[in-house]
Amino acid sequence: MGSYVPSTQAERLEMLKAIGLNDYKDLYRDVPAEMYLDAPLNIPQGMSEMEVANAVSAMAAKNKVFSTILRGAGAYDHYIPSIVKYIPAKEEFLTAYTPYQAEMSQGILQSIFEYQTMICELTGMDVSNASVYDGATAAAEAAAMCRDRKRRVTLISAAANPDTISTVRTYCYGTNDELRVIPAKDGKTDLEALKEMLTPDVASVYIQQPNFNGLFEDAEAIGEAVHAAGAMYVMGCNPTALGIMKTPKDCGADVAVGEAQSLGMPLSYGGPYLGFMATTTKHMRKLPGRIIGETVDSKGDRAYCLALQAREQHIRREKASSNICSNEALCALIVGVYCSAVGPDGLASVATQSMSKAHYLAKELCKIPGISMKYTGEFFHEFVVEMPKVDEVLKALEEAGILGGLPVDGGVLWCATEKASKAVLDKTVAIVKEVCAK
Amino acid sequence: MKLIFERSVPGRHLDLLPACDVELIELPAALKREVAPALPEVSESELSRHYTELNKQVHGVNSGFYPLGSCTMKYNPRIDEEMAALPGFANIHPLAPAHTTLGCQEALETTKKYMCEIFGMDDCTFQPAAGAHGEFTGVLLIKQYHDARGEGQQRTKIIVPDSAHGTNPATANMCGYQVVNIASAPDGCVDLEALKAVLGPDTAGLMLTNPNTVGIFDENILEITRLVHEVGGLCYYDGANLNAVMGVVRPGDMGFDCIHSNLHKTFATPHGGGGPGAGAVGCKAHLAAYLPKSALLGGGDSIQVRSFNGNFGVVLKAMTYVMTLGQEGIPEAAKNAVLNANYLQAKIKGTFEPAFDRICMHEFVLDLSKYKKETGVSALDVAKTLIDHGMHPPTIYFPLIVHEALMLEPTETETRETLDWAAEVYRNLYELGFKDPEYMHNAPHSAYIGRPDDVRATRTPVVRWTKA
Repeated sequence: MGSYVPSTQAERLEMLKAIGLNDYKDLYRDVPAEMYLDAPLNIPQGMSEMEVANAVSAMAAKNKVFSTILRGAGAYDHYIPSIVKYIPAKEEFLTAYTPYQAEMSQGILQSIFEYQTMICELTGMDVSNASVYDGATAAAEAAAMCRDRKRRVTLISAAANPDTISTVRTYCYGTNDELRVIPAKDGKTDLEALKEMLTPDVASVYIQQPNFNGLFEDAEAIGEAVHAAGAMYVMGCNPTALGIMKTPKDCGADVAVGEAQSLGMPLSYGGPYLGFMATTTKHMRKLPGRIIGETVDSKGDRAYCLALQAREQHIRREKASSNICSNEALCALIVGVYCSAVGPDGLASVATQSMSKAHYLAKELCKIPGISMKYTGEFFHEFVVEMPKVDEVLKALEEAGILGGLPVDGGVLWCATEKASKAVLDKTVAIVKEVCAK
Repeated sequence: MKLIFERSVPGRHLDLLPACDVELIELPAALKREVAPALPEVSESELSRHYTELNKQVHGVNSGFYPLGSCTMKYNPRIDEEMAALPGFANIHPLAPAHTTLGCQEALETTKKYMCEIFGMDDCTFQPAAGAHGEFTGVLLIKQYHDARGEGQQRTKIIVPDSAHGTNPATANMCGYQVVNIASAPDGCVDLEALKAVLGPDTAGLMLTNPNTVGIFDENILEITRLVHEVGGLCYYDGANLNAVMGVVRPGDMGFDCIHSNLHKTFATPHGGGGPGAGAVGCKAHLAAYLPKSALLGGGDSIQVRSFNGNFGVVLKAMTYVMTLGQEGIPEAAKNAVLNANYLQAKIKGTFEPAFDRICMHEFVLDLSKYKKETGVSALDVAKTLIDHGMHPPTIYFPLIVHEALMLEPTETETRETLDWAAEVYRNLYELGFKDPEYMHNAPHSAYIGRPDDVRATRTPVVRWTKA
């Protein structure tokens, strides 16, 4: 078996003796005898490192790795620069705990401070926290921070990611607050329906930009309606799109959130990812989670530490509106390295290329008889088409190593990123055409 | 040192992408951002050096002793990282068709079996992304259970001992419950009479850590869970301290209905400077129907606490760890964690006094209130002086029921030499407090920075860089 306990049997006996005991069981004398496990656990015996490596690799080999991924829906296959993989693997960054002791964790604190700045730059907002679990929980935390005693209801667009809606609904179930879903029209948030729903008990409105169907919402018009009704405006944004897209700040958002997986994290079957969360100075003290602040040390030099901790659960306990403590700090480091590697021009290029490839794919797919765009609005790097023979098409693509779009209500949701070459997109279209023609 | 933004020079960049090979599409003007984000513009060499320098200013458990109580900072094996990074896992889209993700599903199933057996539970989810998130999920199981039985309106209270982590009461609040704090007995354990006094038809459940936050196994645990069940409440096990007992005694056998375990503590996955972690939530069969699922993965009406499958990469690391240790290694780790804690406690004894002078579990608490009175040196001063000795300070000022607390958890992966060295440092610092308290008030002396002014960071918050 494998073991990471360094002490030898002889040392263990000496150590037991040093504390006046003879047997390990004496350490557990408070454990009622009837529940002390004398028999071994019903799990396999331990293994050497080589055996483990073989067993886990064999498991990985049972997955199909697609050479091209044309599916998004909340998890995006962008190019990850080499350096983004190596820096977070450094053992100090990797194996530190939360930076409680600033003097021993300046590197982490500064990296998060830099991350917070990048999120502020991307969103246009004034203050970002140190991250939350993912985009869905960021939306749920935003809904919670927007409530007060009188305004309790949360509105969410039906055109948001279903996992986000479901997560926000669960958090609302927790606090016994109501969630109402704004209907979609032509694939986008129905503004007129929203206006009807903006009653005085509405605390906040959440929309996703671009939305689950890949379409750009009329974010400014929605923001105006929300503010006219005295509610808070929460925008869930794709951070890659923010390289070129109007910022949530410029759209009037009070809180900007989103899923930052697209900024350097592998797909990894759903996680770890990272939720970002930023707001205006006005609402800073309602923002949940850790926030790193700049200060000076005893010598008067610039230093970083945890700031505004009076908001947090370890101080407020049952009065805290969020219980978050661990977040996704290493993923925030990844975002920092990724954003520094690509820079402003590189991020714009990733966004523009992704959008261009998606538009090319959409245009070429729609040349095939029987395939058409489901919606007409402006889209980013995802789009829904109505098409025949979905199962057959996806199967044929799979055999060619291509993960096709995601079947959704009434169509297929495709996604293209900068990774898809024209050649592979042409190949995709040819396969789709061939299957549809049969 | 400079911020990455202060290294930025317009025009510097990395060449990462080829030219676009399809027609370039521009955003319509109304959707375009007005000003580009001021992200850094640096070369790859500067980028590498910047982060390498930052990394030098971090102490990780793989760099040195890190006895941060309640955080289980054990060595993080490299093989676990390597396995989670396998392209066969890292490149799998969470919404890929099920027949193409058999390996991922097998990994989740395998880890679930391990966890259910270690927890003594019947089912398990990995959707929660951290311990507090697992607590939230676990208490929502309790809530759904009472709702389904038509008792949701009646059961409005969650009982939490005053020794609990702050997350426990915050979690109960997030789940719409009124928190009933009960005072602990002098030994930090549950005061049975105090518990009985608050139990009733309005009890939804109890949240408990066992061993508790002072490192003592509550010998009345069966009576405690029986009393809660007797009034129709359920028992939630906060697995923060599971490392003391894994493979030795199971929360399910103690009478708990559900549990979360921080995979980044007990199961050796790295904490990354504050995450990602993973909170596995286990439950007995009567709660299994209420576990969370992803809407996009066919979750239907289930609750959902995060997108997709949770922090899958972290689960892989924990799986690799359990696979390595196996049925012998799991209890071996627990027993040696407890042995190391007791050994260190015994070696320090006679200087800083334990808050509870007895055999402890995987961690112990030192009470410095008398020492502070005598020397003026606080728990914080001792912690800061430890930094000069190249070891991470223990948890300080927690649990709240011990004043001037230092809480040490050495874990099983430390050698006896390390424990002997640490004990000697602690003993020397004890003496130093009497001789030169001023030195300790001003510590650390050799760290990268002196003590930061955290009051200033909160009073006049500067939470982002702005161009001078």
